[in-house]
Amino acid sequence: MKPDPARYVHGTDAPWDEFQVVGKPHRKVDGLAKATGEAVYADDIQLPGMLHAKTLRSPHPHARIRSVDTARAEALEGVHAVITGADLPTKYGVIPWTPDENALATDLVRFIGDEVAAVAAVDEDTANRALELIDVDYELLHAYLEPEESLERHDPAIHPDNKKGNISKHVELSFGEVDEALERAEAGELTLIEDDYTFHGTTHAPIEPHCAVARYSPDGLLTLWSSTQITHYVHRTLSAVLGLDPAKIRVVQPCLGGAFGGKSDPFSLEFCVALLAMRTGRPVKMLWTREEVFYAHRGRHPMKMHYKTAADAEGRVHAVDAKILIDGGSYSSFGLVTTYYSGQLLTGPYDFPAYRFDSTRVFTNKPPCGPKRGHGSVQPRFAFEVQLDEVAEAVGVDPIEIRRKNFQGEETETVNGQRITSNGFLECLARVEEASGWRERRGKLERGRGLGVAGSMYISGTNYPVYPNDMPQAGIQLKVDRSGVVTIFTGGNDIGQGSNSMVAYLVAEELGMDVAHVRVVAADTDLCPVDLGAYSSRVTFMVGNAAIDAARKLRAQIVEAVAEAWEVEPARVRLVGGRAIDLSDSERSIPTREAFQIAEVRFDTLGSTGSYNTPTLGGDYRGGTIGASPAYSFTAHVVEAVVDEETGRITVENCWIAHDCGRAINPMLVAGQMEGSAYMGIAEALMEEQEVNRFGLHRGPSLLDYTIPTSFDTPELHALIVESVDPEGPYGAKEAGEGPLHPSIPAISNAVYDAVGVRLRHLPFTPGRVLKELRAARESRAGESP
Amino acid sequence: MLRLPEFTLTRPESLDAALALLKEHGDAALPIAGGTDLVPNMKHGLFEPKMVVSLADVPELHGVEETADGGLRIGAMTTLASLAVHESVQRYPVLAQAASLIAGPQLREVGTLGGNVMLDTRCQWYNQTYFWRKALGYCLKKDGTECHVVKGGKKCVAAASNDTAPALMSLGAVLELAGPEGAREVTIDEFYVADGIVNRDVRQGELLVAVRIPAPAAGHRSAYGKLRTRGSIDFPLLGVACSFDLDAAGVIANADLVVTALQARPTRARKAIALLEGADTSGEGFEAVIAAVAAAARKQCHPLPNIPGDHEYRREMVPVYVTRTLRAALDEGGPVHHI
Repeated sequence: MKPDPARYVHGTDAPWDEFQVVGKPHRKVDGLAKATGEAVYADDIQLPGMLHAKTLRSPHPHARIRSVDTARAEALEGVHAVITGADLPTKYGVIPWTPDENALATDLVRFIGDEVAAVAAVDEDTANRALELIDVDYELLHAYLEPEESLERHDPAIHPDNKKGNISKHVELSFGEVDEALERAEAGELTLIEDDYTFHGTTHAPIEPHCAVARYSPDGLLTLWSSTQITHYVHRTLSAVLGLDPAKIRVVQPCLGGAFGGKSDPFSLEFCVALLAMRTGRPVKMLWTREEVFYAHRGRHPMKMHYKTAADAEGRVHAVDAKILIDGGSYSSFGLVTTYYSGQLLTGPYDFPAYRFDSTRVFTNKPPCGPKRGHGSVQPRFAFEVQLDEVAEAVGVDPIEIRRKNFQGEETETVNGQRITSNGFLECLARVEEASGWRERRGKLERGRGLGVAGSMYISGTNYPVYPNDMPQAGIQLKVDRSGVVTIFTGGNDIGQGSNSMVAYLVAEELGMDVAHVRVVAADTDLCPVDLGAYSSRVTFMVGNAAIDAARKLRAQIVEAVAEAWEVEPARVRLVGGRAIDLSDSERSIPTREAFQIAEVRFDTLGSTGSYNTPTLGGDYRGGTIGASPAYSFTAHVVEAVVDEETGRITVENCWIAHDCGRAINPMLVAGQMEGSAYMGIAEALMEEQEVNRFGLHRGPSLLDYTIPTSFDTPELHALIVESVDPEGPYGAKEAGEGPLHPSIPAISNAVYDAVGVRLRHLPFTPGRVLKELRAARESRAGESP
Repeated sequence: MLRLPEFTLTRPESLDAALALLKEHGDAALPIAGGTDLVPNMKHGLFEPKMVVSLADVPELHGVEETADGGLRIGAMTTLASLAVHESVQRYPVLAQAASLIAGPQLREVGTLGGNVMLDTRCQWYNQTYFWRKALGYCLKKDGTECHVVKGGKKCVAAASNDTAPALMSLGAVLELAGPEGAREVTIDEFYVADGIVNRDVRQGELLVAVRIPAPAAGHRSAYGKLRTRGSIDFPLLGVACSFDLDAAGVIANADLVVTALQARPTRARKAIALLEGADTSGEGFEAVIAAVAAAARKQCHPLPNIPGDHEYRREMVPVYVTRTLRAALDEGGPVHHI
């Protein structure tokens, strides 16, 4: 049984009348270390006697391995060990229901870049030379490069054990009377908009490539340092695949250079360095090249989407019906969840009286897709928000107004049974409307320049841990030092989003301390209580609540001890500004350090723990908990775009981002997340594309060919923070790292429509595609006019 | 990260010493200037020199000076950043503009004019890692027998991707080369050949010493236009160099129009040039001339699917960039670039 959720709700108010730390633009706790180069990333780790490992990868998109002969490689001087799939036969997957990956291929290779063997040698060059000496005999198989083919054909199967052929997951859910509304539309009582939309593949492109270092001690303890955003799942999966007692494994996440969802699966290199360290008795490091990061992928799923929306003459949506084909690439990864998310996360901020989705994820012989910032919901959001603009046009309602009209409200439930608590979407709309000059400018700008709006919602963590259990989702431990320092031990993964800073701010707030006196030890399974990891935008909400939980227990002890020492009522003792003060006697105050010492005398060694677990949420149907979150963030964007009708190039000049993050614990970091999210969305819309060519080869696995925007290409990003103060978030906070990506893509399409009257329904919006659409529009106009 | 192959680095301190090293080591040696192209190409296994001869300390390759006839002599080691802002270079807008748009700011601080003139051709089937090319089965340009751009093609069509090449062609530049057989001069027009494997008439052991440009006419007008995905870093998807002299009456003489990033050699748009020659820019008919020039350039220019991206789109952009670059030259503006 899950404990009473009320236990985890700490209220939204400042602990001491007004916030001392929260709401202020504090520096990140690791900011200086990163800026000066002092921060230690996985590749900075050098251990005595350390070997370097490299991976042999498949040059074929789909093939059966007849044999692997490593003898010549093993004979090369400087080579310490060579491993193949036979050494790591246990299958795994981040979702326990779909274990279809091997650290190294055992029988089939499923894309160009799939891992086949690994070598540990004295240096990287020797390891690379050894790869050339491994002889693999392949039997080539038909390669599936188009998802439609995987729907139709199952022989050869990409995963022969899969009961559904080349279909990875199919979800069909229906809520309310969808067919009834569609029939009314057919009868002319409602307006129906129906169209196809395409979302292409994109990848995360974190600046730090994946890297892992393993050490196997003589006492049988395996330590793995890895650039992961899910330490706990890596810990569990290592144990399962290596057949080691989890008590013999320690996983540490060093400073991490960007992840965006691309480091939330267990990866081949983690198992390989671990086994190679065990085999050789020496530490082993593997650092992937940029090319290998593109093969590891786990990026945004390409989706082909068909949407129908039925609405009345006022623009009220009556029903939405979606059919989605998802290209999963070669493995399941988070694909089960992706398939649900493609439908489950669309049911806000608008009220859908009826909703149905039918999503099918298929396997193809391409790098595996997975979770990327806005997992599973960025693609449907693009389709729906463009379609909603089409509805607005059809019924003659302003695009912002139609979004207001369909607003679902606060403290409500979605059509698919998700609980909505706080909801600041209306304020988001008002802020972008005001800031962009929407009323004066939209529809009235010179040809070629336009404004477009879009909205969205996203989860603040997911109710459902990837493996079912009733233990807390997040834990925190606090240790108090006589020097006046409090150390926070958190399993949370700081991937640059600032979660280590966030817990420091919250503990400093609760204990009335200077943030500089709070230290954070994070993401080390030997030292820190479990947290499930940095995914689903769960960390601020869940780890934040756990931090307050722990700090509040400690605070009570300190206040009680000081009150006793001063012989006053506890209510008179306040911790503020690094001191304990007596509210009724301004002469009486002591530094926090002394207060700690008084409390240590009274309670013995000080420390506390705190936890967070989600309340029971979700719809009462199969899959009803997937997409259930304790709180949802809401976003609205207005984009100002300019279209060059001769070149087809879209320039986004401005993007106004209004995001309801509940409460901005650090507004500077929230604004950074909002800007970074919008940047990433705009990049996907205009420039980025992860695609393979006719041979199944990644088109250009480099940062020269996979174009991410430079500073020149980045529009003015205006972050407008909206604070709805969620009843269950830490001081009311919700997520800010993923939601603000969603609307940027459809808002560009909608702005282009305002600019030049062309609807862009197929991503990416390359200049060539825009020109084609412009030409088609001209031809159709010419055809209409006499 | 990708590893460099093992090599010895030498740093000769005179042109003679550099030439002697190149002669001694033959095919095993390669010169390096800024290295912004050679180093990634070496990491991709496209070149595996046993010796890399740095030209950084060769004094004869440095310096920009005005020549007796009023022209300019630019040492091959002149960085692209300094070239773009050099006072004397501003008399040739097309060159200053082309240099200002090569790669990104950091790369221009290191990359040199000589390196850009000598740039290897580029292709989506070639500028890839060793693993990638091996999985492909290689290509005609390197280690393979098949061209993946033109099915059944027997001639490599990797694209000239150096922005300074069309600019210098439009200015009638002459290259000063030095080699084991002594010094020679060659016009840049003759230097580039239509072979993507090596599109330069460069002989064994030769170095580019300097680039000479004749004096500009009083009414010299020129501009450069560059199409690329991003506002920085990227190689051209299309480059247009336009140069002509304008007399007092506004009539065009000595017109030149060179388009690059299409095929192995920059393309001189001859029919378009003929239409431009003698055109009166002050008259009402000039708009029609521009349209005809753009159409003629489009007809002659055939981008191939060699470099990444949509080659049909690149072709569509030929008349647009020719028109814009021509106008920019006339208005003493430019460069034509989307940022």
